[in-house]
Amino acid sequence: MNITNELESNSSEEMDSWISQYCSIFGHDYFVEVAPEFIEDDFNLTGLSSVVPFYREALDVILDLEPEVPIKVANVPLVEHAAQLLYGLIHARFILTKQGYHLMAEKYEQKVFGTCPRYYCEGMRLIPIGRYDQTGIETVRLYCPCCNDIYLPSSSRYLNIDGAFFGTSFAGLFIKMFPEIERQCQQRLNKQYELKLFGFRINERAASGPRMKWLRQVPRTKEEIEEFDKCEFELPQDDYREDTERDEHDGSESVMSIAQEEEEL
Amino acid sequence: MASAEYMSDSGSEYTEYWIDWFLGSRGNEYFCDVDVEYITDRFNLTGLNQYVDRISLLVDIITDRTQISENESEQTRARLEDNAKFLYALIHARYIITQRGLNKMMEKYKNADFGYCPRVFCKLTPLLPVGLSDTPKVASVKLYCPNCEDIYNPKSSRHSSLDGAFFGTSFPAMFFQAFPELIPSHSVDIYTPKIFGFQIHDYAKLTRWRLLQKDKLIARLDEQGIPHDRDTRGGFVEPRKDPDDSSKKGRR
Repeated sequence: MNITNELESNSSEEMDSWISQYCSIFGHDYFVEVAPEFIEDDFNLTGLSSVVPFYREALDVILDLEPEVPIKVANVPLVEHAAQLLYGLIHARFILTKQGYHLMAEKYEQKVFGTCPRYYCEGMRLIPIGRYDQTGIETVRLYCPCCNDIYLPSSSRYLNIDGAFFGTSFAGLFIKMFPEIERQCQQRLNKQYELKLFGFRINERAASGPRMKWLRQVPRTKEEIEEFDKCEFELPQDDYREDTERDEHDGSESVMSIAQEEEEL
Repeated sequence: MASAEYMSDSGSEYTEYWIDWFLGSRGNEYFCDVDVEYITDRFNLTGLNQYVDRISLLVDIITDRTQISENESEQTRARLEDNAKFLYALIHARYIITQRGLNKMMEKYKNADFGYCPRVFCKLTPLLPVGLSDTPKVASVKLYCPNCEDIYNPKSSRHSSLDGAFFGTSFPAMFFQAFPELIPSHSVDIYTPKIFGFQIHDYAKLTRWRLLQKDKLIARLDEQGIPHDRDTRGGFVEPRKDPDDSSKKGRR
């Protein structure tokens, strides 16, 4: 509301653009400022007009343009909301461009997105991510390339940012663009926590025993590395499964049913 | 007894019990109150005199039997106060693995006083404090998630300076030995980064290998006839049918 009011006085005096104002709002520090040239190129906005209501008006708001037809007073909050939605979706596309991910890299360097809460990740920096590219499903999550897992932001002020404003592809692209990140991860990948009782490990057969070791495990021994290489393209069908008829399980099911299908053929 | 412990002192900060004051101070939210009977039993303090001097005086301060004398110098009083806190915390580590202590910590666990696991797939599992060493001044407190069985740094900086030895290395294991019904079932969801919907190969490979390790564990459990479905404690919650699986099938 406030912002739109100020917009009108914008033309006379030199004011911050809508974009920089929006990005400087408390809790919006995950966002980078999208270059106006990127938004002005209609090609970059392909398909967004069908997702965002008041698309034209919202675009004008973002670019600080005077609307051709004055916006009805009743619609002002709706347009403002649409502008935020549109900006978020453009943002998700922008951060996949070279200019965009360099801006994100600056934020990454400054630990704007926080560090991994997992102890053995030793303060690895996090990367914002959405699990869905559609808006309104889930808020932003943070990806740690070291433990290869996703976390909730530590502060609740980020819990109203839609995950789609960062998109599903950004984190993957980002770690591939900056190999330094993977190198840092390699240095940390060597420790795993094991719960002990008075110094004794607990057997995995106990309900309280270690059942999640696999989650953080990395291949280390020669046999493990061999086995790891077999996982190149699919789960290997191993002999350990032959004597156990377990077909309700997801990974094994697909492999086994494929085998069955092949037999039928 | 309670009236005897109430001090008729003029100082307003001494009108409450020392333990209550300690538990109410900022940053001490993880501690539970230790029974006075437990503290006064000298057997429970065996070996603690290597960490603090004048242990009897400190016990008296903690249990409100005596005040830190006003005649002492500012420095001595501060040191006594710090030592009393330190001793209380060390006793706390021993107390919370007793039955009574575990019960008190269970209340705190149920209130999620130690926070929730930040991992998305753990779906807000409450955490438990754990130390990496039983010797004080080695490592700060960490938080153990029984769902992913990993340890995390406390969210708030006022907790990250707490010593891990104030909770001990055995506490979470003891906790789940005492309350097996509180062991959560484990979520098997695993995240693989994708670019434009395609999984990144090296990460997907690692994911596959990890899932293979999980399958092997399950096979071992099956062999021994140990149940591990979602309704058993410590079992696995298999994800809902993944659309990726059906597409994999369709491709062949």
